[in-house]
Amino acid sequence: MKTSTTKAASLLIALLALSMLPRAGAQATSWKQITIPPLHNFKPQQPKRIELSNGMVIFLQEDHELPLIDGTARIRGGSRNEPKAKVGLVDIYSETWRTGGTKAQTGDQLDDFLEVRAAKVETGGSTDSTTVSFSCLKGDLDDVFKVFNDLLQHPEFRADKIDLAQKEAFDGISRRNDQAGEIAQRELVKLAYGPDNPYASVPEYATVSAVTRQDLLDWHAKYVHPNNIILGVTGDFDSAAMEARLRAAFDSWPKGPALPKDEFQYTPAKPGYYVVPKDDVNQSSIHLVALGTTRDNPDYYALSVFNEAFGGGFSSRLFNDIRTRRGLAYSVGGGVGTNFGHPGILQIAMGTKSESTAEAIQAAIGDVANLSKDPFSADLPARLARQDSCRAHDLRVLRLSSRLARQISVGDQESYSG
Amino acid sequence: MKRNRTRRLAAKRYLSTIVITFFLLCAAALAQDLASFEKRITVKKLPNGLTILICQRSEAPVFSFFTLVDTGSAQDPMGQTGMAHMFEHMAFKGTDKIGTTDYAAEKPALAKVETAYAAYRAERDKSVGQDAAKLKQLEQAWKDAIAAADKFVKPNEFGKLIEANGGENMNANTSYDETAYHYALPENRLELWAYLESERFLHPVLREFYKERNVVIEERRMRTDSNPIGRLLEQFTAAAFEAHPYHRPTVGWMADLNSFSATEAQEFFDRYYVPSNMVVAIAGDINPATAMPILEKYFGRLPAKSLPDEITTTEPPQNSERRVVLKEKSQPLYLEGYHRPDYRSKDDAVFDAISDLMSEGRTSRLYRSLVRDKKIAAFSAGFSGLPGTKYPHLFAFYAFPLPGHTPKEVADGIHAEIERLKKEDISDDELKMIKTRAKAGLVRGLADNEGLATQLATYQTRYGDWRELFRSVDRIDQVTKADIRRVANATFVDTNRTVGVIETNSAGGGEQAEQGPSVADDQGGAQ
Repeated sequence: MKTSTTKAASLLIALLALSMLPRAGAQATSWKQITIPPLHNFKPQQPKRIELSNGMVIFLQEDHELPLIDGTARIRGGSRNEPKAKVGLVDIYSETWRTGGTKAQTGDQLDDFLEVRAAKVETGGSTDSTTVSFSCLKGDLDDVFKVFNDLLQHPEFRADKIDLAQKEAFDGISRRNDQAGEIAQRELVKLAYGPDNPYASVPEYATVSAVTRQDLLDWHAKYVHPNNIILGVTGDFDSAAMEARLRAAFDSWPKGPALPKDEFQYTPAKPGYYVVPKDDVNQSSIHLVALGTTRDNPDYYALSVFNEAFGGGFSSRLFNDIRTRRGLAYSVGGGVGTNFGHPGILQIAMGTKSESTAEAIQAAIGDVANLSKDPFSADLPARLARQDSCRAHDLRVLRLSSRLARQISVGDQESYSG
Repeated sequence: MKRNRTRRLAAKRYLSTIVITFFLLCAAALAQDLASFEKRITVKKLPNGLTILICQRSEAPVFSFFTLVDTGSAQDPMGQTGMAHMFEHMAFKGTDKIGTTDYAAEKPALAKVETAYAAYRAERDKSVGQDAAKLKQLEQAWKDAIAAADKFVKPNEFGKLIEANGGENMNANTSYDETAYHYALPENRLELWAYLESERFLHPVLREFYKERNVVIEERRMRTDSNPIGRLLEQFTAAAFEAHPYHRPTVGWMADLNSFSATEAQEFFDRYYVPSNMVVAIAGDINPATAMPILEKYFGRLPAKSLPDEITTTEPPQNSERRVVLKEKSQPLYLEGYHRPDYRSKDDAVFDAISDLMSEGRTSRLYRSLVRDKKIAAFSAGFSGLPGTKYPHLFAFYAFPLPGHTPKEVADGIHAEIERLKKEDISDDELKMIKTRAKAGLVRGLADNEGLATQLATYQTRYGDWRELFRSVDRIDQVTKADIRRVANATFVDTNRTVGVIETNSAGGGEQAEQGPSVADDQGGAQ
């Protein structure tokens, strides 16, 4: 809707809609009487994809509604690639990448420089990737992009900020058993993937203490290469001008070595009841888990329909049985988890008062057993497909809201499809 | 630092969720945007008193809405704490046409449940002369009546209908100040939505009330009873407010949850779900010229009624420090709050400026002092809106002490920063930063349908004019250094302070006692 042609189109739709005014006459007395008109035509614009000769992939999407520009560079490699003795390295890295500043400016100087412009440049890390992102008013792009690029290519990882990040990591370790749900979340990953799987690794005081500045520099040198980066930029800019700016910044960055493909072992725990006692709560956090599957499983779409029907929203069997019919839980849901590149976790999760723990588990197991006895109605896939097509539009718009989210999701499709 | 940050932000968010409306009020605007929004926003007050706002935003063929009922847990009747929130749950249970196989038969069956429950409750709550056999029999009669009424229920038909039509993010929330209902739908479901949303408040049927009450009790266990920070906040708020209803928990005390009835919930609904007490805001691919007649047609059906007079006790001035100390197995937390006037105060923008200065990002004073320089806290912030904003409330400061540091140390650190605020003018750069951030914050908040609908409904309700959302930039722009010192000196006084602390008791963790991975006790296979 940013271009004048689409503005004209929406005006046309508005005029057409006006001509339908007379329909406001009859008032329905049942939802069944309400007719659903065809949905407005919707052709979401596709981002422009650019691949530099050094392998960096760039997506650009203009959005002129507000005077903002956001961008994120996502880099392959995350905490799953940490050495066992240094679990927590990516936590420290992704914090001090920003707080430790660049060769030219300390992190504190960057804070002052950016905050006075109400701009952000931030770094982050997860199991399979790290990110550098920026967000600014469009008038500040020159200033903010310079910081973004400098941080991407010339971080300094100053020692005082490594010390600070380690202290914060220690604090996180000390607080991690404060809430039952957090304990369960951590332990269920070990049960599903196996205690030695890198996705289940948990930082300890010793492994965090073992991380040195040299480790952070080595990590950066190993992973941050243009051929290992996807960059997405959205907002109030002209694509041609943005492309020229990005080429000027990144075209001469030499390609790095290709990274080996990750191979991990999955050794789920044997079936059983695994209990973590906690005596300062009156509710149990229950998770029934097993290994899920990968996103490229040919049954992925069947599983999506199943997850929605079995453990999704108000319509799902788990919600209707455990919450509505039995009143056993406020929060209940589940499904077969999938992930790009590695299996997700199959999970049924709920919280119920301590004394109904066994009853709730039995009920959930019963709901699983019922799946073979009491199949879903034949119209289910069609109904969910309808819901999903509505939802696809909807998700678009919700994502439009958060440019960052959209842009990252654009990047994700590529970064995890391999 | 994903792991740590998730944990830290979760805790931060926990404190902040109570004050979500406040953060909306924090936003300020670029004045030039008002003109462009003026063209896209249509407001209409219906003859029954209900206000509708439509913001046309044709980016994709969907819309989000936000129905705001200006009644929250502060209006819970005596002995019925949690009622506003309980009704919010019941608003998903359907109507006389949705959720039932035969309403003509279900209606008397539901009436029998109420009669049976009243008889059971009267016997149960007898302080003298309770008859155990009779109580058991009355309880059984009540349960039998529930089973009889349940035969007519089509479970969750209301929610299923919305989901089957593409509904997304269907939810509702209750705070001290208000109750809100919201989700998103494809634009061609506008009339269906107008029917469903008005019908839910025109003919609500409170079926499955006592099972839903158990669900709410589980919600209480999850958020409060099984969460050390939840336990602290409940005690802290109860201590800070002695007279005003802010002293009671929104989710309700356990005894009240086990007591109130569907009849009482219906009375609460009849009293407060009055059109003049409701604002409905819609943002998305909706043409106001065609949509408004449809909305008028459906929402106009709600009968006009007068709103009962507000009955709340004004909190008297506090004249001595109050302290709540919880000895927990969890790690320490320090929290303190100072009474401040409600959101309509002429100093509201000054409090916004103080909150920004003390808390926002790595340039904030609390971060630089407690986290970066003294290295005694993992996180620290100060904010308004505890536990609400509609009535006089608290400006609160809190900090999570790092391992090896105590709540006392972070309290001293916070107090040093408060003293600085009282004694020294803030710098020109800081003042400029606050004002720039306020403007950018508003722009960022206008980018999605859901946020727009929320903000428009909130400002229309709180100020009677959505334009205040944009005018708030002027109020922030007028804040001076002298204002900040004046308000800090008047507010942050020890006799006006309530302190809440979580101390780790000897049986609990601390750095040494942390055992790393928890024990997973294999008790044998299930298969």
